[in-house]
Amino acid sequence: MSLQFRVEKREQGSALFRALATTASVFTALFVAGFLLLAAGVDPAAAYLEILREALGSSYGLSETLVKATPLIITGLAVSIAFRMQIWNIGAEGQIYMGACGATWVALFSGLDTPLMLPAMFGAAFIAGGLWASVAALLRARWQVNEVIVTLLMNYIAILLTDYLVYGPWKNPDGFNFPLTAQFADAARFSEYFNTRLHSGFFLALFCALALYLLMERTIWGYQIKAIGSNPGAARYAGMRTGLAIFLVLTLSGAIAGIAGFSEVAGLQHRLQHGISPGYGYTAIIIAWLARRSALGVVIVSLLMGVLLVGGDSLQLSWQLPVAFAYAFQGLILFFLLASDFFINFRLRRLKETADA
Amino acid sequence: MLQLEHIRKTFPGVVALDEVSFDIATGEIHTLLGENGAGKSTLMNVLTGFYAPDCGSIRLDGQAVRFTSPRDSLTLGVGMVHQHFMLVPAHSVLENIMVALQGVPLLFPRRQLREKIAQTIEEFGLDLDLDTPVWKLSIGAQQWIELIKLLMRNCRLLILDEPTAVLTPQETEKLFKVLFKLKQQGKSVIFISHKMREVMEISDRVTILKKGRSITTLERGNFTQNQLATLMIGNDSIPEWQKSLPFSNELVLEIENLSVRNDRGLADIDNFNLQLKKGEILGIAGIAGNGQKALAEALTGLTRVDSGRVLAAGKDITRSCARSSYIAGIAHIPEDRKAVGIAPDLSLDENLILKNFRAPRFRHGIFQSRSAIRRNAEEKIDQFAIKAGPKGSPVRLLSGGNIQKVIIARELSEQPTVLVALYPTRGLDIGSAEYVHKVIAEGAGNGMSTILISEDLDELYKISDRIAVIFRGQLIGYVDPATASREQIGLMMSGEASK
Repeated sequence: MSLQFRVEKREQGSALFRALATTASVFTALFVAGFLLLAAGVDPAAAYLEILREALGSSYGLSETLVKATPLIITGLAVSIAFRMQIWNIGAEGQIYMGACGATWVALFSGLDTPLMLPAMFGAAFIAGGLWASVAALLRARWQVNEVIVTLLMNYIAILLTDYLVYGPWKNPDGFNFPLTAQFADAARFSEYFNTRLHSGFFLALFCALALYLLMERTIWGYQIKAIGSNPGAARYAGMRTGLAIFLVLTLSGAIAGIAGFSEVAGLQHRLQHGISPGYGYTAIIIAWLARRSALGVVIVSLLMGVLLVGGDSLQLSWQLPVAFAYAFQGLILFFLLASDFFINFRLRRLKETADA
Repeated sequence: MLQLEHIRKTFPGVVALDEVSFDIATGEIHTLLGENGAGKSTLMNVLTGFYAPDCGSIRLDGQAVRFTSPRDSLTLGVGMVHQHFMLVPAHSVLENIMVALQGVPLLFPRRQLREKIAQTIEEFGLDLDLDTPVWKLSIGAQQWIELIKLLMRNCRLLILDEPTAVLTPQETEKLFKVLFKLKQQGKSVIFISHKMREVMEISDRVTILKKGRSITTLERGNFTQNQLATLMIGNDSIPEWQKSLPFSNELVLEIENLSVRNDRGLADIDNFNLQLKKGEILGIAGIAGNGQKALAEALTGLTRVDSGRVLAAGKDITRSCARSSYIAGIAHIPEDRKAVGIAPDLSLDENLILKNFRAPRFRHGIFQSRSAIRRNAEEKIDQFAIKAGPKGSPVRLLSGGNIQKVIIARELSEQPTVLVALYPTRGLDIGSAEYVHKVIAEGAGNGMSTILISEDLDELYKISDRIAVIFRGQLIGYVDPATASREQIGLMMSGEASK
């Protein structure tokens, strides 16, 4: 008698069940990663303790985790709002760069006085990110041009445009020819807290999460976004202007990603430079997916990613593990989270023996 | 040839099938009869390997078989034409058929296959252009493709899930001819239908399913229409309703010289004229693909009108978008309820306000009022007897009949002056269909005018005050259902006679 299993759809699990499954998958990933550590001659338990200690155990580590999570939260939110409408914004990376450029332009060249500076930078980043995405949004809404391709390709333009600015017109004349702009004045910088690098951007990110949660779950606009995402045909038939909604949502998605660029230059780097985002826009896609497109989920997953990034750095220092270990961790966690998705929606059941002849 | 014994299938929280047993002989047309939710579709999905039964056995030619995928069942010669066709809309008829073929050499001989397919089409007297993309075809024609796919694979048992729901009387006749021919060739057919007339005409045997159980199997000659209906519905009550009072002569809707061109640049609606009176149920009879869909879409603002005018209560609404048409009071029960009627991932509550979510009672400023939305849902669930699933679960989990009720509840909730209903009872069981008729008749009593587009002449005769016949996008004429004969309407539908 052979064991046979069948895949079966599950009833909608409770929120608790889903949370448990997600947590279990993270631990499974750590367990499997442990073998990799063993193979490298490192005691896994010690290494994990180290990660936790580094990322969460000190005020410095904790603050670094939050600093790393900040752009991920904002960008993850940006991507997830478009996902809700089945619009795939792969261009958050470019929109971060454009947001950063917009904010930098205001910071360096506007000559604004103190209290207006940060709001103006915010506005400029919001508009720059939004404008950048609006190109893809217009093409998608008006002529059904695939937004994945357009947003993706616009990333390269944005990154090269930023490079052009920092290598060319915006280069700091006193900067020994490094590809950097001049440092921002104090008025163009976020406050920092507890003597760490933790800056107001983190609270801005939490504010964004709250705002988007309310937008999506409570307002008539969020309702329309969900309806259009679920069935554009029905939405159109119900009198919703789907084209306009697609344009606005993708543009808004870009604008929010632009805020992440603003937060990075105003809070962390205090200048524009080459490579301000090491792929946050792409990580955001994974985050939005893992968070199942919910705002709270984006915050939680981003924090987890922050822990991994900070902890991974420390492993490199303490055990001279290659940087690939951090990526392997991330990959395994992603892998098991995706697998847990399957087990949340389906269950395996052993087949009862039927009357076989 | 095929035997099913004690089949049981459960889904989370539901027993869909329990103790289902029946058998099919070679060269037999066997009808499965049952209300919506009686388990017909589930049973067929078990037979075709989409679902594995929890227990019970399936025997083919005396051998126990276990289908674990549609591929298994197809290999053994069991094929199905689904209610919702499984075609690739962007591909041509030929490509769609070739996808289904098996054992085709790697470098497949396209011309040879083409000839073979054309031969089959010829043999059964079907009318299909192999190079037309499927999306351009009528639903009736798409069904032929599904059928040809199975014939090309030499299926011995063909399962047809409510095939006539989408066909005209003439097309149905044609289908029956094909089925009889298949029967002569020794193939077996499982036929699923709600239409008693057809069941009586075609079945060798009838098996009745009720609430997931097979109640009984009857031989031809041992059953009458009434017996079957009683067995099928059992003790479930049919809602009572009366035809409304005579309508007034006040015109609520006028269509003047309306023309609508389709994607191919041809006129779907050509110089069409129609007058609708207050409180009237105006049936529109016509063979599928004669412009009914374009007419409904033009009326509800979903399609651009090329020329002509639509007047609602004397006001020109021709060039306004869907929203303002709705405000002008036209509600719409769409043809394809799954594609445009509902947002499948949203909950029942949310689907019920899909059209009027902007209404002040459902919101505080920009925020939605969840309590008002919930209250509205409870009201509608109660009023329209919707069998709702667990609170907040996506509406796609509801049965077809219940989804139709959700759409009707929503469309009628703003007291529309005009209802445009396309095939509103297609695929519904007798109880649900009666319910829809009742709602439309009651609406008429309250002054709502209905344009009822249907292919079911029985339905049109039953509830229409007048019947307009449409042919090739033009109005052929009006008839009075009290006096006109079926033949007369049939001839008008085929464009051979006017008035």
